[in-house]
Amino acid sequence: MNHEKRTIEFYVLAAFFTLFVLFLYGPLSAILILSFQGETGGLTFPLNGVSLHWFANLFERQAVGDFGGSFKRSLVLGIMVMIVTVAVSLLAGLAFRRKFRGATALFYLAIASLVVPSIIISLGIGVVFQQIGFRPAWYTSAFGAHLTWTLPFGVLIMFAVFNRFSPAYEEAARDLGATSWQTFVHVVLPMIAPSLIGVGLFGFTLSYDEFARTLMTSGTFNTLPLEIYGMTTNVTTPVLYALGTVTTVFSFLVILATLGVILYVGRRRARA
Amino acid sequence: MTAALERPAISTAKPARRRRFSIGAVTPYLQSAPLAIILGAFLLLPIIMIVVVSFWDYDFAAMYPDFLTTNYSDVLGSWVTWKTYLNTIKFAAIVWALTLFIGFWVAYFLAFHIRTTAMQMVLFLVCTVPFLTSNIIRMISWIPVLGRNGLINSTLVHMGLVPKPIEWLLYSEFAVVLAMVHLYTLFMVTPIFNTLMRIDRSLVEAARDAGASGWQVLWNVILPLAKPGMAIGTIFVVTLVMADFSTVQVMSGGQSASVALMMKNQMSLLQYPAAAANAVVLLVLVLSMVAGILRIVDIRKEL
Repeated sequence: MNHEKRTIEFYVLAAFFTLFVLFLYGPLSAILILSFQGETGGLTFPLNGVSLHWFANLFERQAVGDFGGSFKRSLVLGIMVMIVTVAVSLLAGLAFRRKFRGATALFYLAIASLVVPSIIISLGIGVVFQQIGFRPAWYTSAFGAHLTWTLPFGVLIMFAVFNRFSPAYEEAARDLGATSWQTFVHVVLPMIAPSLIGVGLFGFTLSYDEFARTLMTSGTFNTLPLEIYGMTTNVTTPVLYALGTVTTVFSFLVILATLGVILYVGRRRARA
Repeated sequence: MTAALERPAISTAKPARRRRFSIGAVTPYLQSAPLAIILGAFLLLPIIMIVVVSFWDYDFAAMYPDFLTTNYSDVLGSWVTWKTYLNTIKFAAIVWALTLFIGFWVAYFLAFHIRTTAMQMVLFLVCTVPFLTSNIIRMISWIPVLGRNGLINSTLVHMGLVPKPIEWLLYSEFAVVLAMVHLYTLFMVTPIFNTLMRIDRSLVEAARDAGASGWQVLWNVILPLAKPGMAIGTIFVVTLVMADFSTVQVMSGGQSASVALMMKNQMSLLQYPAAAANAVVLLVLVLSMVAGILRIVDIRKEL
């Protein structure tokens, strides 16, 4: 669009942007490095040698609480939340394409779900379960609490996708004799597939990292973020950083894998 | 689900025939039902419950159904609570101003100074990825940087710029604000970037042709058109800061307070009705802020 020469504004802003990226990633790389701290090293620089001691420490059960168990719970919960978020957001997105009574109210309820402070939802669900007489557990109350956080994102994304979706494709498919189910499966679904994968990524990572809403709703067993949150107050060794490195690397792998799938789907569609 | 999904396609083609009675008219209700049920059960019901419980009586062991206003008079009558609310609003204001400034310039750089779409997407992803990793980890990652023997202090001391380590870098209000900006700026970048990308570039060219300088284009064309994105970013940042307890707790080392942290402490003492009264006050405050912002911007149009 603009092919004139780079102005001074560009260089100032480029420097600002670089600083911003350093600000985002700098501290993260600090704990990445410090997680390889030697056995006698502490929570800050300098490194007293390099070792995998703290990673090994992570897997000794008594040292840092229940890392394996909480990771498994967070993983399963994240996948459950992901599946439900994708399905429910897709359905709601389809519903919002048409006018129906209560559409505006439902839309603003979804927005409310995003802006109501997490701790209030946590407290509310905790009290409801207590009054009904159900035991809170990560797969019931925390599952619901996570959905109140992931669904608004999913619904907003689907809303944006269908806002830009031209009905001409569906009309063309129908003119060629496709049934409405065929139209949906062969025309609509492939076109919105990348967005759906994106919604899935949001659903999984938001749930995997969530802890304010899980606080009062996880029941007896902690999820991974709760475990880490507990550690911030009573663990004073680099094992905390090792845990941070492991979960962050896991998050990065999930994101990379998702981007790979999106690219693959896009390329296959381009070839077809 | 099969039946529910195939309907909307038909609807656009033959709207007239479905007027009287058909499954088609029910479809949007069926499609939106899961969302409505989940939000009803895990959002509406809990909030109603909180309002109810905020009028209950309690002691150290349990709560008792009642209709008391003492929980509210305890909240609103205490000077400590007022100070905590003011402190929370102060954090929200400072973090909002900083994230808006940083967020706008980052988004502006991406939208107007990066020339290829591929590069734009790559740089945007670079900004987005940390958002998808754990908040707590990103918070504690400041400890080795800001701590008494952290990177910044040891560098400053080593260079001889300060005689002894600066104490207020970590476990202070400065650390809280810094961590919040670190955590929440992305919520400002994304919506502003989204609105900037949708600005018709010919508007900018027209302004240039009419003799506007770079700053005039920015001030009179781009900035006004970016307002909806700023408003959405503001909703995110303000509500996140108002609801924050973990950043305040971890980064201030217990030296600062926020409303949510006060609630969390009440909850750990099993004073649920007191926490509920606080929750209602906080909820009214946050929702009225959001309602105020929504008067300026129609979110549905911006998506």
